[in-house]
Amino acid sequence: MRQEERRSASRGGPLLSMRDIHKDFPGVRALDGVSLSVGHGRVHALMGENGAGKSTLMKVLSGVHPAGSYTGGILVDGEPCAFSGVADSEDAGIAIIHQELALIPQLSISENVFLGHERARYGVVDWGATHARAHELLRRVGLDENPATPVSALSVGARQLVEIAKALAKRVRLLILDEPTSALNEAESTRLLELLLDLREQGVTCILISHKLGEVVRVCDEITILRDGRAIETLAVERDADGTPSVDEDRIIRGMVGRELDQRHPERIGEIGEVRFEVRDWTVDHPARTGHRVVDGAHLTLRAGEVVGMAGLMGAGRTEFAMSLFGRSYGRHVRGILLKDGVEMATGSVTEAIRGGIAYVPEDRKSLGLVLDDDIRHNTTMAALDRVSARGVLDPGLEAVEASRMSERMRVRSHGATQVVRTLSGGNQQKVVLGKWMFTRPELLILDEPTRGIDVGAKYEIYLIVRQLAAEGACVLLISSELPEILGMCDRIYTMCEGRITGEVPGEGADQETLMRLMTRTGGHP
Amino acid sequence: MKEPDRTSRLARIGGALVSGNSRQYGMAIALVAIIVLFQILTGGLLLTPLNVTNLIMQNSYILILAIGMMLVIVTGHIDLSVGSVVAFTGAVSAIMLTSWGLPTVAVVPVALLIGALIGAWQGFWVAYVRVPAFIVTLAGMLIFRGATLAVLGGESVAPLPQSLRDIASGFLPGQGGGPHVPTLLLGALGAAAIVWIQWGTRARSRGYGLPVAPAPVTAATSALTVVAILAFTYVLADYNGLPLVGLLLVALIAGYSFVMRSTTMGRRVYAVGGSEQAAALSGIRTQRTTFWVFVNMGVLSALAGLVFTARLNAATPGAGTMFELDAIAAAFIGGASASGGVGTVVGAVVGALVMGVLNNGMSLIGLGVDWQQLIKGLVLLLAVAFDIYNKRRVNTGPAASAAPRPRGGGADSGPPPLADKARASS
Repeated sequence: MRQEERRSASRGGPLLSMRDIHKDFPGVRALDGVSLSVGHGRVHALMGENGAGKSTLMKVLSGVHPAGSYTGGILVDGEPCAFSGVADSEDAGIAIIHQELALIPQLSISENVFLGHERARYGVVDWGATHARAHELLRRVGLDENPATPVSALSVGARQLVEIAKALAKRVRLLILDEPTSALNEAESTRLLELLLDLREQGVTCILISHKLGEVVRVCDEITILRDGRAIETLAVERDADGTPSVDEDRIIRGMVGRELDQRHPERIGEIGEVRFEVRDWTVDHPARTGHRVVDGAHLTLRAGEVVGMAGLMGAGRTEFAMSLFGRSYGRHVRGILLKDGVEMATGSVTEAIRGGIAYVPEDRKSLGLVLDDDIRHNTTMAALDRVSARGVLDPGLEAVEASRMSERMRVRSHGATQVVRTLSGGNQQKVVLGKWMFTRPELLILDEPTRGIDVGAKYEIYLIVRQLAAEGACVLLISSELPEILGMCDRIYTMCEGRITGEVPGEGADQETLMRLMTRTGGHP
Repeated sequence: MKEPDRTSRLARIGGALVSGNSRQYGMAIALVAIIVLFQILTGGLLLTPLNVTNLIMQNSYILILAIGMMLVIVTGHIDLSVGSVVAFTGAVSAIMLTSWGLPTVAVVPVALLIGALIGAWQGFWVAYVRVPAFIVTLAGMLIFRGATLAVLGGESVAPLPQSLRDIASGFLPGQGGGPHVPTLLLGALGAAAIVWIQWGTRARSRGYGLPVAPAPVTAATSALTVVAILAFTYVLADYNGLPLVGLLLVALIAGYSFVMRSTTMGRRVYAVGGSEQAAALSGIRTQRTTFWVFVNMGVLSALAGLVFTARLNAATPGAGTMFELDAIAAAFIGGASASGGVGTVVGAVVGALVMGVLNNGMSLIGLGVDWQQLIKGLVLLLAVAFDIYNKRRVNTGPAASAAPRPRGGGADSGPPPLADKARASS
């Protein structure tokens, strides 16, 4: 009977309706009367800058913030819900897939998929049923893997699919994905987005949190934009016969930042000077697989005041190149020459690299860039302790002043320089990492995916900092998988494929097609 | 920059400089509470000059170990071998003193060197071969206990020369009868030094334009410090004066606190413990740092071995058993984090004193060893649980996404990128 009611309700109203949600944290209003309505079988995007309240709203919905810690109502299929924990929301058919995947690497795909509700009788796992059902779920998400494979053997993209299979195993009706494609390459992203559309056909509704405007416009039916804890607007996306969406990216940006952002990349300031750094015949072997060259005879030059791009697909060897250049932090048998102003530089250790004026902002800022449980101040000075100490003795006052000056210059939004960096948003963490390296006064700044998972506003701020540094005469090497970013920022672009530099094009006049062709040019040199 | 912005920024920096140590205060207050409790329960026996002197001497070797252990734990490791190393270095020293007839002045540096070598041995495996410290030092625990038995042939070596025993039971030279003047002088000097540092720090902060506590507050803090130190030294002076080992402890605590708080070396140790990878990519030689932290632990273990052997006036095969656990407990009670990167020397000292006062107080009121162990276990558990609870409460504050925006946010003020664009394009 009750089931019947539910079904009848579902025909008319939306699947999910959140009404006038208010959520306060001490001293901060995170959500200020947000209402959100998601229809059956839709892909609904939630967009906004970091700190706009997207994650908080989804935490309220999934019961991470339990009923009572917020005000307002949640209706699923027209029925009021008060989730006191994640288990409750899962019972109602809501599953959330976080940015950091919650899989246990040592366990197999099947074990992960059924973790917590194993196919078992009296506590004894029925492996036959488990594998059979897992196999069926994997087919549904389009992952061609043996269910007995340990998750550790899978790529990030495949793991994401396993997460979705896990959600499907719980008979999910509303799937929430928090930036699912931020760690995926182009092909994997496309596959994932197509899967969302497939699932929509099967009646699974999706809420997609993403910073990638392109993919949102491509797959979503509705877009709700949050800003400063308020739902600013919900845009319906229509597509005409040839698939052109009715909402364009600029329209979304306008909603997110509250004004027109007519230009996503700041103009270059300053002039390009002489060649300052030159890399010759840089070759790096894989740390474990002997004889496997990860970087093969790379040759490149960097001029003063120049922003040089390095484009390539995942696994092209860009990060490996950068890290091996930065004090041999990666790989074995690193060979090749690095010249600075025509003189060969010592590159044996990170210390030498830093002393030589090289700074490397790593791709994985959380584990490689920051000490998460330490504060902004200590993180900022970490790579240049000499600047705030004399004969090995630190000057805490100087450190506090310098760190907070840098954090202000980087426009870090925080309570102050002693805020622990773990509690900052992704964009602000990245600005702290950038500040840490700016504090070393670099002459060559290597940026590895500097804007991954960062909102439009913070991206722009990071671009500005890069421009300013270049204008002061430093060299910048920008590694990025986002071609618009490479095209928008770089004066010159190298493409890399399978460890080789496959092309060099001027930034002006380059287009995505040219780059993509060079990035996929396997075998042979340019 | 606008003026109000500047003041608020400075206020933020200053406020943060003052706070940040608040975690330690909890345990320090608990220590005072425990002292008061036992002072009452023992009818005033706890704080008699004789007993205070005893407290220092009884706990000296654990305090020494706790300092070293804190460093090891801050780097994210553990050392289970310190008890065995204490026994081994003590045994070797005793043999050198008695069988070989070497003078104490020669034996002490040799013992410390042996400690350093042991630390280097373990540090090598942990830092360079990357065997987990738990395993390396578990092996070390067996190896050096075995070595102790081998060196001593299963028997105790006693008695030992007076020159060694003085390390653990000697006092500052001075006249007998009446308050011990050198001790009082030293106390006054120490108090003056601390007051000088307090005001110096304040003046330097002012120099940077950072806000500082109002002068009366600093004055009150200084006064309190002076009274505490003078009271402490007066109590000691009333008995035999400051024990030599007390002087050693003061030097160690001050020295290690300074290194850990105020030097780049100390900062590197914290960075390695906080995130080894991030530290390595910041130009910190992480393996070398870890290696030297273990060497340091070895030296301090040897020092503790000398003090303990001297106090016992014998080297025994079973010496130092369970010392590692006392040292580890002290570090954790004092606020160290098992995942590394967090912990202070003063915290470890407070932790060791909590355990020490509990031991001493419970013995004075005649509680059996059974109850003593049980209560100490509970204290360790509750102290760490309380710490974790506190941390979680802080962390569940404004989440990452909800950090306030200093610019006031709101639709009309506009987001910062646009404000900046004008500057960039001009």
